[in-house]
Amino acid sequence: MGRPTRGGRRAAVLLGAALLVAPALAACGAATDDGIVVNLYNPPEENLSKVVETCNQRAGGRYRIALTTLPRGADGQREQMVRRLAAGDTDMDVLNLDITWTPEFAEAGWIREWTGRHKEEAERDVLPGPLASTRWRGRTYAAAKNSNVQLLWYRSDLVEEPPTTWQEVIRTAQELQQRGKPGTVLLTGAQYEGLVVNYSNMVGALDGHILSEDGSRAVLDDGAVRALETLRDLARSGVTSPSLTNQREDDVRLGFQSGNAAFQVNWPFVHPATRAGNPQVFRNMKWAPLPGVEPGKPGKATIGGANYTVSSYSRHPDEAFDAVLCLRDAANQKFQAVKDGLPPTLASVYDEPEMAEAYPMRDVIREQLRNPALRPMTPAYQNVSTVLSTVLSPPSAIDPKATADRLRKELQDAIESKGVLP
Amino acid sequence: MSATAPPAMANEATKRPGRRALSEGKRAERRLGWLLCAPAAIVMVAVTGWPILYSVWLSLQRYDLRFPNQREFVGLANYATVLTNSYWWQAFGVTSLITVLSVVIELVLGMALALVMHWAFVGRGLVRTVTLVPYGIVTVVAAFSWRYAWSQDVGYLARLFSPEGAPLTERASALAIIVLAEVWKTTPFMALLLMAGLALVPSELLRAAAMDGASAWQRFTKVIVPVMRPAILVALLFRTLDAFRIFDNVFVLTAGSQGTSSVSMLTFNNLIRGLNLGIGATMSVLIFLAVAAIAFVFVKVFGTAAPGSEKEGRR
Repeated sequence: MGRPTRGGRRAAVLLGAALLVAPALAACGAATDDGIVVNLYNPPEENLSKVVETCNQRAGGRYRIALTTLPRGADGQREQMVRRLAAGDTDMDVLNLDITWTPEFAEAGWIREWTGRHKEEAERDVLPGPLASTRWRGRTYAAAKNSNVQLLWYRSDLVEEPPTTWQEVIRTAQELQQRGKPGTVLLTGAQYEGLVVNYSNMVGALDGHILSEDGSRAVLDDGAVRALETLRDLARSGVTSPSLTNQREDDVRLGFQSGNAAFQVNWPFVHPATRAGNPQVFRNMKWAPLPGVEPGKPGKATIGGANYTVSSYSRHPDEAFDAVLCLRDAANQKFQAVKDGLPPTLASVYDEPEMAEAYPMRDVIREQLRNPALRPMTPAYQNVSTVLSTVLSPPSAIDPKATADRLRKELQDAIESKGVLP
Repeated sequence: MSATAPPAMANEATKRPGRRALSEGKRAERRLGWLLCAPAAIVMVAVTGWPILYSVWLSLQRYDLRFPNQREFVGLANYATVLTNSYWWQAFGVTSLITVLSVVIELVLGMALALVMHWAFVGRGLVRTVTLVPYGIVTVVAAFSWRYAWSQDVGYLARLFSPEGAPLTERASALAIIVLAEVWKTTPFMALLLMAGLALVPSELLRAAAMDGASAWQRFTKVIVPVMRPAILVALLFRTLDAFRIFDNVFVLTAGSQGTSSVSMLTFNNLIRGLNLGIGATMSVLIFLAVAAIAFVFVKVFGTAAPGSEKEGRR
């Protein structure tokens, strides 16, 4: 009895092991059959698969890029990548990161530094704003993929000349309201990243700093304190929407689209969306750079966007770097700018004739990207953002001095990852 | 086999007292029992004991995944940080409030439902099935439908109750909606446990009480509830432990904004989003201790035990 039983057990164990290992073997099998596979992790972008196809053809069989789509929400994307990188997952090669995550991933040692020929090519022609977002502690860790920047959108049938400071915006809106016209100013004031971006715009306009340059100290200098004052004054002026503290990008867009507002601060996606949503409003929809705070000093806009990085655990780094350079080259950036509405990071792409139709506001965007406001650069950006949006909400309750004191303390804890996150 | 056994037994019996001979066999049996159980027991200890010990170990360290070089042993510093933090106590208060409110409401509604299910004359099967539907729906799915129902402009409930505001973005109304979702979801579970208790109430007792002139309310408070006490306590214990760990409804409905974080939500934010293993593990251990304390109070103070076992060793 002993031997057959043992044999049976062995067979069962083998079967179990085979079942466990089969998916892994299948994955390896695919890799060895087709040559090297570069696994690309990217948030949903409608036409990215076409770009991947183009690059696969160009690779000519040296490697094949396999696209895996990440969740739509930024938190979901970051959580998945972080969890796998912390476990040393070798199946991730190229990662599409929100620009605010670069320092975090670099500091943790999860992404590779760009050097030599790759670095040179990744930095060529890149606008200064996006370029700054690819660096951490003087080294390059990413290749800028696409950028994004908010603009001041206004109704040309209500406003003749776009205001250049927030004080002017408030005054213009109040005059409109007195004349019984729609005079609301819409911006993202809900307790989330959108509020942080608005604050960052104002800090940038005053050349202020929330953190020190190296991201190690919470400074909140004069500019940052005056920006608190500007944000509070705007929230108390009576020209913002009553539901300011609930509004996110799409609420702002819908509010403007319905024709009840004179201004909105929002990303370029509102341009095509309003064209489809309300042609009547769209006819008078114009754009301008974001307002500043001091007269004669232009406003600055906080840049958004995404960077491509190469995982430290990638087994094919050379192929991965090569794949990135193809995925974000000028032709593909132009393709995605027109098809997916992703503003390019390469200066020359803005001059392409196809861009004129898709991006009538391209000159303003490029101008903003040359001298942008950057969100604080720190590996603990997630903490900083959570603390900022919690403390700044609701904006009408800001008391510049006291709020700045509280921020200095809580942000310092946040960047040292010492305190408790709300 | 049967032919040889008796002499052997007799032989043994002559050598030693009969009881020992019997216990010899029993001991072997017990040893075999232990051996058979051992793999399962070891696996269980490994999958429950080890993670608990590991999180206690993590909670004594400064360990943030983003700063792997700064990992160090810090003793109880993380506990001091968490226990002196206002966000933690706010979340603790919110969690306790949600727990108490939802469990009390569930107990009342669950009892009513249990009575209906127990004494339904027509369509008993249908009544019981319908009652259980909410419990059969995945919490996250249910939470999403609540969220849309209460969203400004698109939700029918929001339009009905507050056409102007956004109920999920104000603290009091958001908490009320979380409690509502929780109650809707788990009242059937409560009712099911209570119905099992109702089955323990002998009908003669009720008939005798009725004979003595007890009103329906008196029969309920003086006969049914005392007899059901063990079942009620078990149901309360289960639900309190569950409610204290509430996560999914909060995560979907408000994600903890406007001061509606539960302790589990806060732990998630620090551990998974913040990647701070030290602080996150500290919170997990504190939740574990709180849950253990709740169970202790229920068992030792209220004398909760499995229904039917109340005679053995309970005070």
